[in-house]
Amino acid sequence: MKFADAKIIEAVTLAGLTLAPSQVSGSIRLVPVLRPGAPGDLRIARRQYDEELAGVGAGKDCTYFSYIPHGLVMSWSDDGSAIAANGSQLKGRDGRVRDFEVAKIRWMQRIAQRETGNSLRLLPLHLAMEGFLSLYFSGPNIVWTEYSKRVVRHGLTPRTEWAYDGESIAGFENALRIFEIHENQVGVLVFVADAMASAFVVSTPDDYRSLHRTLLADFFGELIWQYALMYKTVMPLTVGIDEADVDDLAGLREAVSNVRHRWGEFHGVMAADLLGRPVRSQSVYQAGPFTLQRFMTDLDLDKENHFGEAIVREDGTMEYLKTYRLSAAQARRAYLLSQLAVAQWNLDDAATSLQTTRNELVLRLEKAGFGYLIEATLRTAASKSAWLLRKKGPFEK
Amino acid sequence: MNALTARQQQVAREDLVLFINACFACTGQKEFYSDGGRQRVSIDFLHRYILGNYRLLYARTLAAGINDFNASQIIVNLLATGRLVESAHRVEEGALIAAALRRLPPQRAWRVLATLREREINNRRSRAIVREYAGSRDIVFDSVKYRTKVRSALRHTHDTKAGELGAFLFRGWKQHVFATPLYEAYRAGHYGAAAIYKLPFTIAEGLAVKHGIPRDVFLQKIEAQMTDGEKMRMQRSADRADAKSPVVDWTRLPLTKLTLYALSLTPEQRIVEGERLEAAMSTAARHALRRSPLRLGKVAAVLDNSYSSFGSSEKRRRPLAVAIASDVILRTASTEYRTFWSTPTDDPLSTRAHGQTDLATPILDALDWGPELLVIVSDGCENDPPNGASEVLRVFRSKLDPEHKVSIVHCNPVFDPDDYLLKPVSPFVPTVGLRDAEDLSTMLGFARFADGSESLGELEAYLAARSTSMIMERKPSAAALTKASAP
Repeated sequence: MKFADAKIIEAVTLAGLTLAPSQVSGSIRLVPVLRPGAPGDLRIARRQYDEELAGVGAGKDCTYFSYIPHGLVMSWSDDGSAIAANGSQLKGRDGRVRDFEVAKIRWMQRIAQRETGNSLRLLPLHLAMEGFLSLYFSGPNIVWTEYSKRVVRHGLTPRTEWAYDGESIAGFENALRIFEIHENQVGVLVFVADAMASAFVVSTPDDYRSLHRTLLADFFGELIWQYALMYKTVMPLTVGIDEADVDDLAGLREAVSNVRHRWGEFHGVMAADLLGRPVRSQSVYQAGPFTLQRFMTDLDLDKENHFGEAIVREDGTMEYLKTYRLSAAQARRAYLLSQLAVAQWNLDDAATSLQTTRNELVLRLEKAGFGYLIEATLRTAASKSAWLLRKKGPFEK
Repeated sequence: MNALTARQQQVAREDLVLFINACFACTGQKEFYSDGGRQRVSIDFLHRYILGNYRLLYARTLAAGINDFNASQIIVNLLATGRLVESAHRVEEGALIAAALRRLPPQRAWRVLATLREREINNRRSRAIVREYAGSRDIVFDSVKYRTKVRSALRHTHDTKAGELGAFLFRGWKQHVFATPLYEAYRAGHYGAAAIYKLPFTIAEGLAVKHGIPRDVFLQKIEAQMTDGEKMRMQRSADRADAKSPVVDWTRLPLTKLTLYALSLTPEQRIVEGERLEAAMSTAARHALRRSPLRLGKVAAVLDNSYSSFGSSEKRRRPLAVAIASDVILRTASTEYRTFWSTPTDDPLSTRAHGQTDLATPILDALDWGPELLVIVSDGCENDPPNGASEVLRVFRSKLDPEHKVSIVHCNPVFDPDDYLLKPVSPFVPTVGLRDAEDLSTMLGFARFADGSESLGELEAYLAARSTSMIMERKPSAAALTKASAP
């Protein structure tokens, strides 16, 4: 069967999906995503890993390390017929496990690994996280003397980021427990203290029901973790019926469906920094009519920044979506790197474009955790100039 | 209470309705949305508050048909603060306590009396209550079956002179040879397997393990000693042990309990047992209606089978069972009847707790049908859309039905510990607590107080009447009781 070219998304849209009114527990607001009449030709099942650490091949001489609690196995049919989810049962060899007494480590070759003709194992969110970490990973392509020798030789390695797992988000487990899953629900938008945290969508309601609790094993940014600790409630939202518009029971029924519609619409607005925002995406795997890809929103430090992964059908329907919201520090780091890359890694040009001085830029890089990129004498000079400035006091020139 | 201002009367009425409603639903156990600890703290506060402010009405609440957990709490709290009772009400309070204690299942009643020892409550009245209760029971049987509790209660009151009771309960019982056959069987049961089949099931069960008797053999031989409730509990256990399940007379079981059992069956078992179960349920409903009659006209029921009606690990499927049992009761009691589920289902017994709570749609469907009475059974937490039913009922009451042609009652099986109340669907509709569907007629009677249309005086009169009838029910020994409870 012949399929069209890879369908790459330019913006995250929930085409073919509707949002239902949210369910709230403490500071967590969960918005159900519904898909009436899912065809069932793409199934996703969970495969559990019990190791403390996993190392995954990520390109030449490069390994991605993380705690990976589970993988998702997607299986699909080429002719659009419904199939059964068989991910976790028909388990072949998925990497190798080595026992180091203190910890077991699972070694896997690829983040998205084809298993049989029509099934693929992917590591949820890690696929997108790996894409994020590998941004500008190779470092400067011109040997500027300002950079340390290590960066020139090896690139940005080791590039690390930290995140919190779902279980450490206060109240999240309880919110998932008491959440009432709709009949044809295929996904959920997670808000913590009414800040967009994550979107999770799969293809069929059955898969969603079995994957509902795996949200606890996903990871979330520091901001989300803090919000969950700081806030006990969400903004009280009510949508009422204006009795002046209602004359009989049929009118009342219409008003109720109107209310339901307005709830969904408003949740779309709440997630406006993800839904409809332009993204840069990269195709990872073409599975029949489905394109697996990872994406990231443009880095704007005044807005929410998300990255994630998606599977899109050739007609543009969103079949799988999982996103992560960058914490402010993570967005800042990526932003600095992107500015350097735009300036061809020339520090002076980058400083000019950021409207700052070279010394200031070096200090900013150091504060962001990229001190190891810069040559030592330059760092010393930068901190010395900062010290001199402080010593002078604010009113002297 | 004539000196109270109108506002004070209103507050008092609201307090009492809140408390009595809580006493119908709350059992201090875990619920879907809250844990057991919070439930207990919350209901305990309510008890103290009402006891401190409205003592007489607090005692009379015993007669309002509240659940066993709260009746036990009230009895203990009243006995603990005996000094504060006004002398004019002392006799009535004593009689009420004795009557309520007699109504409780024996394990709960003995638990209450054992609590007196834990709480260090020992006065003339409490001793008289223990003596009176022990005298009304088959003390030989109770002292074997509820040994720890009876022992604790009687040790506290030093009231063990009857027969071999003292020798059996306290030190050295293994050295005695008892003349009482049951006591002798208990002693012999500790040394040989043959004697245990004369003992109550729960006692024999432990001894059977001690003697290493195979489970299937034990269950078969002990069947004669089992109560209906025990037989019901052992159905699944007997299956696991490859033993023949004990035969239960389903028609003697209360309706809600029967429904809970039906819901616990697997789909295959339910298909096999289906007809028999349905017949048993309608018989149970008729029995319940004979005890507390209910005659209704054209009735619609909106029942909640959303995921939250699963309840909790401690009250497994209770809200769903209450909804299904109410369905059966209302169907039997009304001339015209229709059910509207929150997630539509064909066969109520094969339904399971799932899906979101959409009460607005079934309420609209029900109102479309034009009933005289609309009964809503739900935990009051709706989310598709939030406040949907609340808005529907508000607009319906204020604009479409201002003359209250349709009466609407909301029955809530779940107590919300954060607000000390049963979460209402709408402030325009009275909410009453409902733990067992058999109490539905009492609840519908009580609903008129919950919606605020009746004054405090009427509520007092209602409670006083129930209190009198509860005391009169036990008329033969009422005289003795009055004497026992006198100072």
